[in-house]
Amino acid sequence: MASVKLDLAPLRQAAAWHWAEYAFWLMPVLAYFAFGENLSLLSQIAIAALFCLSLDLILGYAGIVSLGHAAFFGLGAYAAGLLAKYGWGDPLLGLAGAAAFAAAAGFVTSFLVLRGSDLTRLMVTLGVAMMLFEAANKLTDFTGGVDGLQGVEVKPVLGMFGFDLYGKTAYWYSLAVLFVMFWLARRLVHSPFGLSLRGIRQNVGRMPAIGAPVNGRLVVIYTIGAAYAGVAGGLLTQTTQFVSLDVLSFSRSAELLLILVLGGTGRLYGALIGSMVFMAAHHFLSDINPQYWQFWLGAALVVIVLFARDGIMGLLGKLPVPGRKPS
Amino acid sequence: MSAVLETRDLSKQFGGFIACNNVSLSIEAGARHALIGPNGAGKTTLINLLTGFLEPSAGDVFLKGDNVTHLAQHQRVKRGLVRTFQINQLFAEMTVLESVTLSVCERLGLGWSWWKPVGAHTAAIDEAAELLATLHLLDVAHTQTRSLAYGRQRMIEIALALAAKPQVLLLDEPAAGVPTDESRELFATIARLPREVTIVLIEHDMDLVFRFADKISVLVGGALLTEDVPEVIAKDRRVREVYLGEALDG
Repeated sequence: MASVKLDLAPLRQAAAWHWAEYAFWLMPVLAYFAFGENLSLLSQIAIAALFCLSLDLILGYAGIVSLGHAAFFGLGAYAAGLLAKYGWGDPLLGLAGAAAFAAAAGFVTSFLVLRGSDLTRLMVTLGVAMMLFEAANKLTDFTGGVDGLQGVEVKPVLGMFGFDLYGKTAYWYSLAVLFVMFWLARRLVHSPFGLSLRGIRQNVGRMPAIGAPVNGRLVVIYTIGAAYAGVAGGLLTQTTQFVSLDVLSFSRSAELLLILVLGGTGRLYGALIGSMVFMAAHHFLSDINPQYWQFWLGAALVVIVLFARDGIMGLLGKLPVPGRKPS
Repeated sequence: MSAVLETRDLSKQFGGFIACNNVSLSIEAGARHALIGPNGAGKTTLINLLTGFLEPSAGDVFLKGDNVTHLAQHQRVKRGLVRTFQINQLFAEMTVLESVTLSVCERLGLGWSWWKPVGAHTAAIDEAAELLATLHLLDVAHTQTRSLAYGRQRMIEIALALAAKPQVLLLDEPAAGVPTDESRELFATIARLPREVTIVLIEHDMDLVFRFADKISVLVGGALLTEDVPEVIAKDRRVREVYLGEALDG
């Protein structure tokens, strides 16, 4: 545009990959070689990161607080488990099933979270997750109840890579799924649709006045978030060949919220880094002090919320990094 | 000229309180139409009813001849009816260019597009940048909205509405809280808008109203007291009594 003398690059190139992002994605590859004896922990981190990404999409971008996001994680976990148990053991098919099942539940329950304040949403999401937990607890024929779902047999990934005892396949599979889902989410948040979600979070009252159908947008992102959580749950089932009832537990939902706040909301990488830090801290602190490790977690949470409201990503953003303008 | 925006017997009741009482209003295409009245006269309620922020208890709203009474806010915006707010409704953490681009994207129907990044929608960004240029906001294009002075934020309030390319623009006290010299610039900007854009203005500053409007409707207690050209309104005894008394006599 010749008539306007303005450098549009900051907005035009906002979605370009930063060198730090390439470096970030090298880490899990290097971790495979550095911590080869801890692959199951690494897989858990990748799964937690995907789950946390799903909450970031609805909370960090669209501003929908949830204390029951484990509902969709659990539905995905059971869907993948039941599919595999009854002969649909192909992992990618299982993930598609988990995503579809969780998305359907997300779509239906999204209408409950459209209206109301943050407190209403917290209670509604909490309530939905509690009902699902007890339903899974009760339907023992179907879910195995407290004993968990046994007999999950997952076929090799793409018919080639069988799940091995060391968890190599499980790790690369989880990481690949995480990366693809992250890449899609990254496209989404940088798109006009993603911008409109940020608009909704920052000022829900203005959006209709510029022509945006707020409810429609919220239904769609809540459904997408549920699908993401479902895939994370499905991954957990497939990599552990088991579903325990705690996939639907309240503590999983609460922990998720904590991880996201720890990492920083509304940045995607906050979800990933929060999961890495949380799972690693969980691992090491509970080794040192199995009973009381949550004390330090609680302390960290209080400090973060009081002094670094944007979480770890907020702190990182204040570092002088070459190639990034100070914000 | 024909009416572009019309209300028939529009009423709104909150419990026992009647905020809008049988208002039948007709805004002609291209008009500069001011709504005045003392505090609590129901001016903002009327705007809220016109834009669909509130559902009327009775009566209808017509936009370009179509009954839009039961259309949602965003659907009326799509039909060209756009408002600004008395208290800024901005996107605090976005840059000025981002937030105007957001509004442009919504108008262009890109709000559901999720694959290409915003940056690749060059037509939308260019349009947003051009709009910022006409509003003298280019220097703050990449500044976060929240860090701007109030007067400039007030300009962005209008920029977001203009990006929606209104045919009818409802301005709810656009200069509220803005220092005098800046409010003059703001009104100069509004006055420069083409005549294709019909403007409905709520404003307390009578100098501005009488300079700007070619028609004035006076609301009192939720009801329409009278409406006419500014010269007649200025001489109307009832208007002076209920509203202009202190401004003109004092």
